[in-house]
Amino acid sequence: MAGRLTDLTIGQKRAIWAWGFLALPIAFYVAIRFYPTLEAFRASFTNWNIVGRMEYVGLANYARLAQDPAFWKVIGNTFAYLGLGVPISMLLSFVVAYHLDRVRFGHGLLRALYFVPHLTTAVAMAWVWRWFYQPPPVGAFNVWLTGLGITQMPFLRSTTQALPAVLAPAIWGGIGFQIVIFLAGLKAIPRTYYEAAAIDGAGAWRVLFEITLPSLRPTIVFLVVTSSIAYLRIFDYVYAMTNGQGGPLDSTKPLVLMIFETAFKHFEMGYAATQTVVLFAILLVISLVQLKLLRSR
Amino acid sequence: MSAATIGASAGSRRVAPANVVAWTLLFLGGIVMVIPFAYMLGASFKLNNEIYELSLLPREPTLDNYRRLFERSGFPRWFGNSLLVGTLVTASVLFFDSLVGYTLAKFRFRGRYVVFVAILSTLMIPTEMLVLPWYAMAKTFGWLDTYWGIAFPGLMTGFGTFLMKQFFEGVPDELLDAARLDGLNEFQVWWHVAMPLVTPALSALAIFTFLGNWTAFLWPLIAITDRNLYTLPVGLASFSGEFQTEWEMVMTGASVATIPTILVFLLLQRYIIRGITLSGLKA
Repeated sequence: MAGRLTDLTIGQKRAIWAWGFLALPIAFYVAIRFYPTLEAFRASFTNWNIVGRMEYVGLANYARLAQDPAFWKVIGNTFAYLGLGVPISMLLSFVVAYHLDRVRFGHGLLRALYFVPHLTTAVAMAWVWRWFYQPPPVGAFNVWLTGLGITQMPFLRSTTQALPAVLAPAIWGGIGFQIVIFLAGLKAIPRTYYEAAAIDGAGAWRVLFEITLPSLRPTIVFLVVTSSIAYLRIFDYVYAMTNGQGGPLDSTKPLVLMIFETAFKHFEMGYAATQTVVLFAILLVISLVQLKLLRSR
Repeated sequence: MSAATIGASAGSRRVAPANVVAWTLLFLGGIVMVIPFAYMLGASFKLNNEIYELSLLPREPTLDNYRRLFERSGFPRWFGNSLLVGTLVTASVLFFDSLVGYTLAKFRFRGRYVVFVAILSTLMIPTEMLVLPWYAMAKTFGWLDTYWGIAFPGLMTGFGTFLMKQFFEGVPDELLDAARLDGLNEFQVWWHVAMPLVTPALSALAIFTFLGNWTAFLWPLIAITDRNLYTLPVGLASFSGEFQTEWEMVMTGASVATIPTILVFLLLQRYIIRGITLSGLKA
C-alpha cells in the first residue's frame, strides 16, 4: 500500500485534485470527440448503412466519390459559395469598419445596426429573404424591380440566380462579426504610425495601403480563414431556403447538404462518412495555410 | 491623410463635410441591414389581406397571427424545448469549461500540456464529421428523440475551455493560496474564490453558448423526428409544408424566434462585443 493520504506532498495532493477535476471531462472528450472522429474515418472504408452488417470495402467509397458527377457538382457549388462569399464579405466589412472606426457620434448605434443580423437564427431569416424573393405581388425585390421598370427576376427558381440568392443572406448575416473583428484590429494600430505619416504628408490612400492594411495582416488572415471555413460549411440558409433540396436541380447544394442527404435520406452512412473526411481535409488544409501565412511574417 | 480626418479620429469637435457624408452612408447602410427585421415584424402584425402591401407598418395592427401561431402550431413547445436545452447546455459548459480551464491554468502536474493540446485540437474537428457517429451512438443508447440526445454533444467545448484558461491565468496565485490557508479545499478555492473573479468571461461564454444553441440546426435536425421535441429552428424549417402561402404566419414564427436574441443583444451588447473581440484576437 502507498502511504496514507496525509503523507503525500502538497504537489502530489494538488495533482490528485487536478486529475479528479479532469476525470469526467477527459471521459467526455474521448467518448464524444476523439472516438467519433476515429469512427468517422473508419466508417469511410465500410459499407455501413445502419441496418445491415458493416463490412470493410477498402477505398471503394473514395473511388465512387471521385467518379460521382453529383459530388463534383456539389464541390463546384461549395467553392462558388467560398469564392463569392469571402471576397464580397471581406470587402464590405472592411469598408464599413474603416469608416466606422473614425466615427465617434453614434458609434455604438451604427455598430449595433450592422451586428444584429449576426446573432439571429439563420432559419428564421431565411424565411424573410425567401419572402422578399417571391414573384410579384408577394416579393418585395420584384415589386421594387418592376417599379423601376426592370423585368422581374426568378431568383430562387432559377438555376443560375439561386446560388447568389442564397448566398446574399449568408453574407448579410456574417459581416457583423467581421466588422467587429476589423474594428478591434484597427483600434490596435498605434496612433503614432498615423501621426508619423501625417508629418510626412502621406495621402489617405498611401496611409491605407502602407500602414493600415499591412498592420491588419493578422486580422485579415484570421477573418479570411474563419469566413472560408464558414462558407465551406454553409448549410442552414441553403436547407431553409430550398426546402432541404438544394435545388433547383442541385444548383445550390453544398457539400454539407450532400452529406446530410447521403446519411439521413439514403442511409449510406459509409459513403457519407467518406464525404465528411473530404470536408475535414479541405478545412485542415485551409487552417494549415493560415498558420503558414501567420508565421511567414 | 488630411488634418481633418486625423483630428476627427482623435476626438476633435470640428466636423468636416466628408465625415458627414461618410456618417450618412454608414447610417443608410445600417438601415439596409435591419430592414429585413422591420419587414418581418411589420408583417407579423398585419392581417392577411394587407400582406401584399409593401408598407412597413400595418394599417390595422393585430395580434391575431401570434394567437393563431400559438394555437395551431407546435410553437409553444418548440420555444420551451429550445429554452430548456439551451439552459441545460449552457449550465454544463459554464461549469465544466471553467473547471477544466482553471485546472489547466492553475495546477502544475505531469500531463497538463498533453491534456490542453488534446482539448484544443478538438476545435479542428468539424461537427459535420461527428454527427454520423453521434447518430449511431444516440441510436444505440436510445437517445434519439430525447432532450438529452439534443444536448449531449455540446456539454463541454474546447473553445470555452481555452477562453476560461486564458482568464484564469490572470488570477493571482496569492489569492488562491490565502484561501487554502483559510482551510478551503481545492474545489472550494475554485468555486468561491477564483470563479467570482472571472464573471465577465463567464457572462460572455454564457451568451455565446446560449445563442449558439438557440440557433443550432444541423444536429437537432438529425437527432429529433418527433414534432413535439423540435427546437425552434427545426420547427421553423418545417413550416414549408404548413404555412407556405400564409406569409404573415411565417413572419410571425420568424419574429418569435428572433426577438429573444435581439433583446439579449440589446441588454448585453457590451459583453457580446467584448467577448467576440477577445475570442477573435486570442484565436
